[in-house]
Amino acid sequence: MNILELNGVSMIYGQVKALYEVSLTVEKGEWLAIMGPSGSGKTTMMNIIGCMDKPSSGSVVLDGQDLSRLNPSDLTAIRRDKIGLIFQQFHLISYLTALENVMVAQYYHSMIDEDEALGALDRVGLADRAKHLPRQLSGGEQQRVCIARALINYPSLILADEPTGNLDETNERVVIGILKRLHAEGSTIIVVTHDPEVAEEAEKTVFLEHGRIANIVKNAPCHDLASSGN
Amino acid sequence: MAVALFAIAIGATVLLGMAAISYDIPRQMGREFRSYGANMALVPVGSPLISKEATDRARALIPPDQLVGMTPYRYEMVRINMQGYTAAGTLFDEARRTSPYWSVDGEWPDEPGEILIGYDIAEFTKLAHGAVVTITGRASNGGRFRRDMTVAGIVRTGSVEDEFIFMHLAEMEDLTGIAGGTVVEASVAANEEELNSLVARIASEIPDVAPHLVKRLTQSETTVLSKLQSLVFLVSLVVLGLSMICVATTMMTVVMERRKEIGLKKAIGADNRDIASEFLGEGLLLGCVGGLLGVFCGYFFAQAVSVNVFGRGISLDWRLFPMVILVSAAVTIAACLLPARRATAVEPAHVLRGE
Ligand SMILES: Nc1ncnc2c1ncn2[C@@H]1O[C@H](COP(=O)(O)OP(=O)(O)OP(=O)(O)O)[C@@H](O)[C@H]1O
Ligand SMILES: [Mg+2]
Repeated sequence: MNILELNGVSMIYGQVKALYEVSLTVEKGEWLAIMGPSGSGKTTMMNIIGCMDKPSSGSVVLDGQDLSRLNPSDLTAIRRDKIGLIFQQFHLISYLTALENVMVAQYYHSMIDEDEALGALDRVGLADRAKHLPRQLSGGEQQRVCIARALINYPSLILADEPTGNLDETNERVVIGILKRLHAEGSTIIVVTHDPEVAEEAEKTVFLEHGRIANIVKNAPCHDLASSGN
Repeated sequence: MAVALFAIAIGATVLLGMAAISYDIPRQMGREFRSYGANMALVPVGSPLISKEATDRARALIPPDQLVGMTPYRYEMVRINMQGYTAAGTLFDEARRTSPYWSVDGEWPDEPGEILIGYDIAEFTKLAHGAVVTITGRASNGGRFRRDMTVAGIVRTGSVEDEFIFMHLAEMEDLTGIAGGTVVEASVAANEEELNSLVARIASEIPDVAPHLVKRLTQSETTVLSKLQSLVFLVSLVVLGLSMICVATTMMTVVMERRKEIGLKKAIGADNRDIASEFLGEGLLLGCVGGLLGVFCGYFFAQAVSVNVFGRGISLDWRLFPMVILVSAAVTIAACLLPARRATAVEPAHVLRGE
């Protein structure tokens, strides 16, 4: 079953065709990577999928709902209930602790639940840093708080725009590990990346160029090969 | 934020101060104006003095519930130690009511033979209350009178009374051998219209007195008060307007500073109502805290103004406090409306792109 369908989606800023006639389907539980040079429209596409922008033309169907028919407050509701966002810049609220940053998402979604928020931090290995402010955490730790926040409302689609773009190799590994586990648990993930190592982990990689899909590559399931070789 | 808090606190301070002053001072001044007294004076017609009988007839024409006090004054020249003074015979009980602003050091005369002397006389003669003075003068039959009297108190008004000696009217009549008052003063709690009709009635029914309104007092009473109140109202309005502008601009800057945070919140699912209510809630808190602060400062402000300008403390109505806090909160929330709109207009996609 398809969780996401893009049909001829274009996003035009004045003269700039940030996205042009893009069609794509994503199945439930799939892990998709999006690659492409700077300015090729990756973030634009993520914003449209994440209900933060409306395309100039074309239709987007998310979980059976046509987004173009929805008004802004419905789109907000979809962001809240179905999408988990992971940012390159983390975007944590600077005066709130790690735990509170996670609870903010709970607050807008339904009700705050400290134990559940602690559990989410525990899943990204940060339970012991719950009371720390973002500036007391390393970049990798901040990214893990951001992931915990994205996961707290059990989104049906996780969108990560360059999640490892600001991280060193060690932290990149940790974040990839978390995404792998989420995928194994059945989450649908779309990750934008410049890093082939990150893209390799996905099942499929979509290459964007000048706002168009240039190529779609199915990745070899290397870890499955490794396990069967044993 | 601190600036906004400060602005709203100042607004509330002025508001409370002004409200308290416009509420309290007029009441006090109203009392005082009326106590200038004597907003009606009767002078004799066809004879030098007003008889007791004419005074009583006039008194009967004034509705008892409106009559604050009514007393004749009888002025005669007397001497103490060869020095000439004006003595006034009066009914002290009534004079106390028509002239409540007289401040008396010592006692008001009660027993026969007791007098009040004016402050200037007391200064000049070095007489204190309790002193016995010998008063001499010329009686109506041409003979001289002489009587020892006790100074019960020293009266101070800052006006002509400071140069007078006051004695019981009955004693004055006894000493001079002739009855009646030079003038009768009345203090009537009535509006101008009622006073006018009262004057007309007295003039027509009692031919041997001519009633006059002491106009200066009743008119100034109303005009000064209404002018004062509209001035106070205007000043409060202007100050509140300024606080509002200050809060609005501060909150506008706050929204600009928090664009990222607002964008993030919207991206993770905050709807416009959440964002707006967060800002308005902050505004409400700001307004209440500022209002509370303002009430506190305003209390001292009002006291200080009242003492310095009007020379008396203020008695504050406690109901003003919650009202001022309420107004502050309302003003702050009103000032936050536009910034809140701005906040809801933040586009998460733009902000999170890092623009
Ligand atoms: N709000 C906007 N107004 C005008 N042009 C825009 C706007 N947003 C994006 N663009 C343009 O659209 C094109 C695609 O931008 P986008 O951010 O999607 O690129 P990207 O693939 O994410 O690049 P990067 O790898 O640098 O993040 C760019 O040319 C960009 O300048
Ligand atoms: Mg980008």
